[in-house]
Amino acid sequence: MKRVGVFVCWCGRNIAETVDIEALCRQLGRDAPVAWVEDYKYMCSEPGQQLMKKAIAEQHLDAVVVAACSPNMHEVTFRLAAEAAGLNPYRLEIANIREQCSWVHRDRDQATAKALDIVRSMVEKVARDEELQPLRVPVTKRALVIGAGISGMQAALEIADAGHEVLLVERQTYIGGHMAQLSETFPTLDCASCILTPRTAEVARHPRIKLMVASEVIEVGGYVGNFVVRIRQNPTYVDWSTCTGCMECVEKCPRQVPSRFERGLGTRKAISVAFPQAVPYRPSIDAEACLYFTKGRCGICQKTCPVGAVDYEQKPVIHEEKVGAIVVATGYELFPKARIGEYGYGKYPDVIDGLEFERLNSASGPTSGRIQRPSDGKVPKEVVFIQCVGSRDQEKGVPYCSKICCMYTAKHAMLYKHKVPDGQAYVFYMDVRAGGKGYEEFIQRAVEEDGVLYLRGRVSRIFPEGSKLMVWGVDTISGEKVEIAADLVVLAMAMVPSPTARDLARVLKVSIDEHGFFSEAHPKLRPVESLSRGIYLTGCAQAPKDIPEAVAQAGSAASKVLALFSSDELLHPPTVVRVDPEICSGCGLCVKSCPYEARQIDPVSKVARVREVLCQGCGACAAACPNGATQHINFTKEQLMSMIDTFTGPPDGAGRER
Amino acid sequence: MAVEREEGQSPGDFEPRIVALLCNWCSYTGADLAGTSRIQYPPNIRVIRVMCSGSVDPMYILKAILEGADGVLIGGCHAGDCHYINGNYKARRRVAIARRVLDQLGLDGRRVWFRFISASEGRLFAETVREMVAQLKEIGPNPMRDRWEL
Repeated sequence: MKRVGVFVCWCGRNIAETVDIEALCRQLGRDAPVAWVEDYKYMCSEPGQQLMKKAIAEQHLDAVVVAACSPNMHEVTFRLAAEAAGLNPYRLEIANIREQCSWVHRDRDQATAKALDIVRSMVEKVARDEELQPLRVPVTKRALVIGAGISGMQAALEIADAGHEVLLVERQTYIGGHMAQLSETFPTLDCASCILTPRTAEVARHPRIKLMVASEVIEVGGYVGNFVVRIRQNPTYVDWSTCTGCMECVEKCPRQVPSRFERGLGTRKAISVAFPQAVPYRPSIDAEACLYFTKGRCGICQKTCPVGAVDYEQKPVIHEEKVGAIVVATGYELFPKARIGEYGYGKYPDVIDGLEFERLNSASGPTSGRIQRPSDGKVPKEVVFIQCVGSRDQEKGVPYCSKICCMYTAKHAMLYKHKVPDGQAYVFYMDVRAGGKGYEEFIQRAVEEDGVLYLRGRVSRIFPEGSKLMVWGVDTISGEKVEIAADLVVLAMAMVPSPTARDLARVLKVSIDEHGFFSEAHPKLRPVESLSRGIYLTGCAQAPKDIPEAVAQAGSAASKVLALFSSDELLHPPTVVRVDPEICSGCGLCVKSCPYEARQIDPVSKVARVREVLCQGCGACAAACPNGATQHINFTKEQLMSMIDTFTGPPDGAGRER
Repeated sequence: MAVEREEGQSPGDFEPRIVALLCNWCSYTGADLAGTSRIQYPPNIRVIRVMCSGSVDPMYILKAILEGADGVLIGGCHAGDCHYINGNYKARRRVAIARRVLDQLGLDGRRVWFRFISASEGRLFAETVREMVAQLKEIGPNPMRDRWEL
């Protein structure tokens, strides 16, 4: 029989006030496997740990239960101390008699009885715990970053600058993400491309960044340190390795279509490059618009190309890559147009969204930065900005705050006033949320220096009258109904996750929240980690955020990756599952129940095999196994049953004495 | 378990004994939060920490009831939030099956509860224990309790 030592912590008065420590120790001392009982005022303190270490050595203990706070608090502390005293750390368990006993009950007798049960159940468990060693796995020191917006680029650059190779995968044909569409940025009003283009250029020329645009991650296998990723590179119908970027094809192309990058406010050719500063600066063909693909004739671009780079036969290419860590930076989209019916978005051309306003205001945009309304090109004199369109709307939109709209609306209104000084800007708002360095001052500047009129209230309806848009709203501060004959209406639409996020989450086997944003491991202490080791989150893929936050988070995610790459081997928890091949019938139920593909039926021996480094130790397979061949190490069925026994056995603990 | 038990009690007077199997990531941490927040609840519950509610073998549930526990509570992460992707759904199915088996044995499947309790829901955990104790008092003691006297 094992010699179990029990160390009971008073936690000052936190435990001792409600639990009768003396009675508890006396009872435990009579239990068969308990060879040593000791209590101390603060077990986690240095003298407390010393006391435990001394007893382990002198009393030849081969298992220990520390009855104290939650294992989430000090399990690591005590396991390290036990290891220092020569005890295998997996032979130490915590009995949680503080959070789940002394803090939630007042009756001393009942709390003491419960504490006794809790400790006894852990004694039963620890007496059956195996000595374990962490598994060691090698690390591929190469990172994958999915999404090349500002956050993804930042993460890629930081990892690459630290000396590791980075694979940067982007779905679009250019990098920079939504930031490439912005005109100026708050609260400094510096030009977005002036900040962005040095970054995109740096990414493009970085010797350790392998850039893959027009590409999507379609499959992820493996595990932390050793992921195997399949990436589909979609055809651009132009061989970029021979293309020189002369753009003669674009010039000659006869087909004009609305530009997605300009959000439909401008046009582009069927073969085009998204915008003048695009990186890589190479054209691609939109097969849905191209006359050759849709009607089977034309072929002008191919005839024009001086180097013969146009290739209508290009097919998707699947690449398989090995990486050790993955950073998800898939960004955001704006709330779908179709769901904002009452504001006439999509119906009236002069009702536009924030990104469209960015394009109108951009020097490289469809109007070369002149504020003109889409319908007739006139300079609007009355502009209404509406905040929280879709955001903070439990009924029709999303319940969360999109965080950046207050700031960019103030920016839009200011930029408009700078360009049209005799115009009037109105902002309908619910609250102005300007928490950030220099943000509140920025709002004040919009109101005081630029004379933007803020109206606290909602807009109920927008309808056309002549060439104007009538905006009906209410100012809840004055209590008056407001009617504005506007020339242009700008909607600050809610931010929603990228439409690709859901599929990607499934491929990565990481969780997303109810809105589709990737879930972080802990909202406060692990904000850039997913719950799967080796997969990190950054930017708006995780939640709405502004550029400084997205960049800061990228740095944080990069540092996590670098920490992972700082050693040649990773330690993997050994509390995985084990199969007894003599009992296993090869039924395969466990294979189906494993969410990590860590199990397979060996084709020769016809029994289940576990790939230990893939196993995350959830124990689902052990529960599915019909004959107990699979056991969750240190959570075996025998252990669980013995713990249940301590809770259901005779009330006085009869039968436990030595 | 040292909850007092006397002969000849009428249903409602007795103190139910509940065995809880809580997932490490959500419900166990939620129960910890109830403690940190000092939210009081009846001391009738004994918790076993499991890594995932999906690792709960239906045998654990049946064993606890057959050995005399008045109730079994399984706690897992909310739908879509499982640390192990889908263990909570597996648990939900297994609990449903265990309840049926208990019904067929005449042991009242309502003794087994499955609840989604997240790490931030300390209050919900405490409320769940209170509600469960109340319902078990209505159902009455587990007839298997008296096995100890055999």
